[in-house]
Amino acid sequence: MNDTIRFLSFTDPNVRYVVLGSMILGATAAMVGCFSFLRKRALVGDAIAHSILPGVCLSFMISGEKDPLWLILGAIFSGWLSLLMIDGISRTTKLKSDAAIGIVLSVFFGFGILLLTTIQHSGNAAQAGLDKFLFGKAASLTKDDIMIFSGIGLFLILIILLLYKEFKLISFNPEYAKVIGLPVKFLEFLLATITILSVAVGIQAVGVVLMAALLITPASGARFWSDRLGIMIIIACVFGAASGFLGSYVSYIAPAMPTGPWVVMALSVLTIGSIWFAPKRGVFSKWRTFWKNKDQILTENILKLFYHLGEADGNFETARSFQSLMESDRFRAYDLGKGLRKLKKRNLIRKKDGQWFITASGLKEASRIVRLHRLWELYLNQRLKLEPDHVHNDAEAIEHIITPEIEAQLASELDSPTEDPHASKIPYPTQS
Amino acid sequence: MEAIWIIAVGSLIAISCGLLGSFLVLRKMAMVGDAISHAVLPGIVLAYLFSGSRGTIPMLIGAAALGVLTTLLIELFYKQAKLQVDASIGITFTWLFAIGIILISLFAGQVDLDQDCVLYGEIAYVPLDLWIIGDFNLGPRTLYIAGFMLLVVLFIIVRGYKGLFLTTFNEEYASALGIKVAFWHYLLMSSVSLTTVISFESVGAILVVAFLIVPPATAYLLTNQLKSMLWLTALFAVLSSVFGYYLAVLINGSIAGAMASVAGILFVMVWGYTVLKRRVEREGGNNQADNLA
Repeated sequence: MNDTIRFLSFTDPNVRYVVLGSMILGATAAMVGCFSFLRKRALVGDAIAHSILPGVCLSFMISGEKDPLWLILGAIFSGWLSLLMIDGISRTTKLKSDAAIGIVLSVFFGFGILLLTTIQHSGNAAQAGLDKFLFGKAASLTKDDIMIFSGIGLFLILIILLLYKEFKLISFNPEYAKVIGLPVKFLEFLLATITILSVAVGIQAVGVVLMAALLITPASGARFWSDRLGIMIIIACVFGAASGFLGSYVSYIAPAMPTGPWVVMALSVLTIGSIWFAPKRGVFSKWRTFWKNKDQILTENILKLFYHLGEADGNFETARSFQSLMESDRFRAYDLGKGLRKLKKRNLIRKKDGQWFITASGLKEASRIVRLHRLWELYLNQRLKLEPDHVHNDAEAIEHIITPEIEAQLASELDSPTEDPHASKIPYPTQS
Repeated sequence: MEAIWIIAVGSLIAISCGLLGSFLVLRKMAMVGDAISHAVLPGIVLAYLFSGSRGTIPMLIGAAALGVLTTLLIELFYKQAKLQVDASIGITFTWLFAIGIILISLFAGQVDLDQDCVLYGEIAYVPLDLWIIGDFNLGPRTLYIAGFMLLVVLFIIVRGYKGLFLTTFNEEYASALGIKVAFWHYLLMSSVSLTTVISFESVGAILVVAFLIVPPATAYLLTNQLKSMLWLTALFAVLSSVFGYYLAVLINGSIAGAMASVAGILFVMVWGYTVLKRRVEREGGNNQADNLA
């Protein structure tokens, strides 16, 4: 608990650096990841992250020290090599891009592990901590390292902000970008380099194994909150920064823990939460809309049935038994029961002595639906010249959707007709 | 003798993974194999925690459960939430793998697994865990497990050849013939998860992926016949294990890492060969055309 207070009060200057650094790295990767996500290259980030390991090891073998600039140079080199290989494999062989990504990812990583273990067995004292690249360890970074890595991160963010419009265009519509004379090849090269750099600095906090998540996961989650790229990027950055914060916190209170998995855990909870619960695009919200639509169609169809039965005997007030409603053969008993209960709650239908009656407001609603149905049938018949016996099914679907505005337009278009193509009366609300 | 045991275990695992991986590569599902091999980790750790041992059966159950969960989650994100399939895969396996690593570090005392082993396995220790009955030394235990696994994989492929073949190459035609496409899909996926788990201890998560994808991809460059592709895959798998072992000994590094590197070198060689061959053929064709003209 004391650790938590000390962490949150930021009295320890080291904590300040680590926290701020991790948050910047998280936000940078999230921002870059939005573009990878939109360009449908989510797993390429995974390949780059794994492929950076041999580059980092090689630069260590050559320079003999863990100088951040050397490591980044090695990372850029192997990151680019991996991208070129993925591109080359999918271009010159019959293998598809998923296989190309898998090959590059696993072979580069295997090679990296081979180099890493060789360095470890060589007994070089400076190698201690090189394996932190596997799962990340935010708290073990020195102040100078953090300054360099966050500096690069901020620089990348700046470039993206400056070239925001151009990057947006090549992500959404590269053909158009080419036509209006943008240097698409150069911009793609720049974006790829930015991606590699953001991965190279990001692995300081989360490690190579889980780095892909820092790119893909925040962007995927943010996608559920907005259709606008700007807002999506801001949300993704907030997700990334928040998880960077959590990762450095865990690193501080539990020094034995690798930070990467906790960062990914935080990100995944935020994103999977968004996938389920986000308004409008979330899974629950979609399911709710689906059930609501289904209920609306069911209840409207039942009201219509009352109307048709009433129209047939010339008396809308007649009592209907459950059995007689079932005889229409349009509903399953379970659905009919459910729909009637819902209508009763809304006072559109009454129940007395086990018999069902339609109320005045129910009749109004029922005639509205029948009116829409018949107006539409007439419209199809008159304007689209469809035969009267072909128009029913179409009207059956559209009657639940037509808004009052469209209804008014239909009525004026058809001069407020009184009969549909089957010579049934079109009911209008009585002026009162 | 140690060298032979290690190479034998490596080859058996590489062949099993490669044979199943051939179907993944052909079905354009290579990255699903990658996802499953990462995602089984929490299942393995939970199995350790509950059974308190390195028993094979609980591990298989844990991994099978996680394998199915992974496939379901990917499909949920993809179909219900309409997320791109790449992103669905990426989110799912990084999340599950992170849970696995967190569990390992939380229960470090109770789980006989460490973070490094998860990544690149402990094939070097294979000769230490011997199966001894009475005074009789039968060789490493892992060798029998890996051998049995290969038999199961072979059984599935030989008995189910027609179903796997048809659903891989022409799903519509297969379902028109009344073949249960979903059955073969899930059979393949669960075989991949089970093979992954058994290979996990020896070669770790990432290198399972190398064995699943790289030898079949190499073989696929050389042939269009499924049968010869499977044979070539087995050949490349064995070559990777043999040369990988000696490479690792030579530079004193991880054996599994070296096996993956050799698999990669073989791939690059074959790739270069096919590109060159195509170029030569094209030039030959041009010359012929010139002669005709």
